[in-house]
Amino acid sequence: MNNTTDGAMDLRFTPAQEEFRAEARHWLAANSPAPGSLPSLDTPHGFEAHRAWEQTMFADRWSVVSWPEEFGGRDVGILEWLIFEEEYWRIQAPVRVSQNGVFLLAPTMFEFGTDAQKARFLPPMASGEEIWCQGWSEPDAGSDLAGIRSRAERAPDDDGWLLTGQKTWASRGAYAEWCFGLFRTDPDAQRHRGLTYFLMAMDSPGVTVRPIPQIDGEPGFAEIFFDSVFVPDSQVLGGVGQGWSVAMATAGSERGLSLRSPARYTEAVSRLVSLYAERLDRDPARAARSADAVAQAWMDAEAYRLNTYWTACRVLAGGTVGPEASANKIHWSETDLAIYRAALGLLGPEAELTGGGGVAGNPWLDGFLFALAGPIYAGTNEIQRNVVAERLLGLPRA
Amino acid sequence: MRFAFTEQQTEFRDAVRQVLTKVCTPDALRAAFDTPAARTERWTTLAEMGVVGLTVPEPQGGLGLDLLDLVPLLEEAGRSALPEPLIETTALAAPLLAAFESGQAVDWLERIASGEVTAAVAPVDVISRSVGSTAGEAAVPAAVGADLYILSSASGVHAVPSTDVTVTPVPSLDPTRRLGTIDWEPTTTTLIASGEDAREALAHLADRASVATAAELLGLADRMISIAAAYAKERNQFGKPIGSFQAVKHLLAGAQVKLEFARPAVYGAAWSLGQVELAGSPSGSRGASLAKAYASDAATEAARVSLQVHGAIGYTWECDLHLYLKRAWALAESWGSSADHRSRILASLVDELHQTQS
Ligand SMILES: Cc1cc2nc3c(=O)[nH]c(=O)nc-3n(C[C@H](O)[C@H](O)[C@H](O)COP(=O)(O)OP(=O)(O)OC[C@H]3O[C@@H](n4cnc5c(N)ncnc54)[C@H](O)[C@@H]3O)c2cc1C
Repeated sequence: MNNTTDGAMDLRFTPAQEEFRAEARHWLAANSPAPGSLPSLDTPHGFEAHRAWEQTMFADRWSVVSWPEEFGGRDVGILEWLIFEEEYWRIQAPVRVSQNGVFLLAPTMFEFGTDAQKARFLPPMASGEEIWCQGWSEPDAGSDLAGIRSRAERAPDDDGWLLTGQKTWASRGAYAEWCFGLFRTDPDAQRHRGLTYFLMAMDSPGVTVRPIPQIDGEPGFAEIFFDSVFVPDSQVLGGVGQGWSVAMATAGSERGLSLRSPARYTEAVSRLVSLYAERLDRDPARAARSADAVAQAWMDAEAYRLNTYWTACRVLAGGTVGPEASANKIHWSETDLAIYRAALGLLGPEAELTGGGGVAGNPWLDGFLFALAGPIYAGTNEIQRNVVAERLLGLPRA
Repeated sequence: MRFAFTEQQTEFRDAVRQVLTKVCTPDALRAAFDTPAARTERWTTLAEMGVVGLTVPEPQGGLGLDLLDLVPLLEEAGRSALPEPLIETTALAAPLLAAFESGQAVDWLERIASGEVTAAVAPVDVISRSVGSTAGEAAVPAAVGADLYILSSASGVHAVPSTDVTVTPVPSLDPTRRLGTIDWEPTTTTLIASGEDAREALAHLADRASVATAAELLGLADRMISIAAAYAKERNQFGKPIGSFQAVKHLLAGAQVKLEFARPAVYGAAWSLGQVELAGSPSGSRGASLAKAYASDAATEAARVSLQVHGAIGYTWECDLHLYLKRAWALAESWGSSADHRSRILASLVDELHQTQS
């Protein structure tokens, strides 16, 4: 019945949690823009529309429910956050333009940030005033993240660092105000050592951004060039030379509990089942050929939901999420693909139609293209399988 | 929400694991393959621990617990490929008898708890929720040598003693399955439920059997993966352990991910079936189907992968692996294949959609 760590198994929510759900549902119903009504967040206009939505949520303290109240949250637990997400996806509220900040950087900042950093960065992150992008990948360092070459040297006045190099594939990088990323501070140290985690303002002198159109034609990510960009000491997160372990905390959030809540998938499969039922009336033969794929997608989403609650309860009982986050990432990314592949199968010849308004005109196709990136970003699924094999099964490194 | 087992449940699981590691070794399994038996010393040991009578009400000498408590123990049974009929006797027959407490049911329950009796349960088709056969054309698991037979006829569900049936053995890839066809004549003396009660009992039986079988499949999958991972660390080719080759790693990692996600699906389903408002409901049954389909797929993938990782040695009678593979293949198709359960899920979802629309 509650979140204590003793007592018998019980998958029901407490009355207080149900009340929280009702409140969230009520607020979202009154405030959320109609599904699909905002322009793509990868366009300048759409980016601002999504930012405005973040501000609306923040004003009523719904943008970061699990954060402490002093930073704009409601200080609720992980189960309440999952409940909020269920309501968020149920009503098909807009994609979170601030997700790199609130879901990835924030958990890392709560763990490693100084009080001054939290006070400076968390509130504008919560309000959408400052949107963050993630600067890890480089042209020659993707899966092999420890091979990054972008470097930081001490500034002449010894009050900060000068950053030089190139980052790439930074989602939201085309419009974001801030960037968190890894730079090499000790050129002599090997690979994982000598890296430092920095927080950079994108309008600093020496930063050049070149947007990169993604597979749908919109500039969803960007290259970022750094040419002796000054970053003060106060914008080092977690200590000089500690970058790798700080970054792994962010990666854990990206693969584990915080980036992809199950509601995203359980809501998508319920729409998939509706599509199936509709096609069953119109074209029963085609629908029948997709039946197994539709059922599998439903199962994958439901299994993900159960696994998330299972993991959340383990965390609430004091457990940790280690290499299991890699198994999680494989599962959510494959689930997403299974859902949209099943939908395209049901649509048949209609699958390729965009309706003239770009890919977004066909939400199933749009979702499919988005899902295709899942096995690539947040560490490719091949890399995650290596982690599962080596760290969960104890197989020897190559 | 508290989605975790209690300390008591995990302690009982650990105790059962410890015992089975000793009494259900690969050598013991080989002996069971040679001379399959329903009641064994191992069964007596499990009865003494309270495992066999776990779901028998306390007045009849059991622990009065439910499927959720049994699931971790069934996982252990799967891990050791326990040849005795814990699913049939403890997960299925005992709760069914306990639900219809007639004089004869009480008697059977007492004898189950004391370890004197093993049961066989005629499979119910998970899609139609009717019994495949009343005259015994279908092969019934754990039938050869059982003491009690849970069978259905047009009149209802029966608890039939071995003296009233003729069992004809049916060979299986896994001889410990003790499959048999059953000839019997329904009489009023053996009837324990009829009419709506019987229909409901059979529907519950299908769900419970799906979840119980899924739990054993989890244990089997875990065992197969760990046997293969251990082998991959010790077998060398090209001067290195084969487990250092990425192709081998990815095979095992893929199976492990499937297993990890099957676990909470089984636990969640077991919890649901213990809730009055969820047991037998469309969502409770979908949960049971998810559990069975996911666990079957995880176990068949673990079977495929663990054999592949072994190379030729895994293809021999001498290697222990096949003892687990065969059980996994048999259980994956029993009480509904994963395809059956997917189709049951989809039909239920579409039904529900039509109901909310009308
Ligand atoms: C939509 C999208 C958004 C992204 N957003 C961001 C972002 O915001 N910030 C950011 O920093 N990065 C981002 N990325 C980049 C992402 O992190 C990288 O693409 C990813 O880490 C893989 O690197 P890569 O593209 O260089 O591919 P490579 O590392 O070159 O890999 C290519 C192929 O080789 C395989 N491979 C490589 N090494 C191994 C190995 N050891 N074992 C087995 N297979 C291997 C990979 O699995 C892959 O299939 C984004 C990517 C996408 C697609």
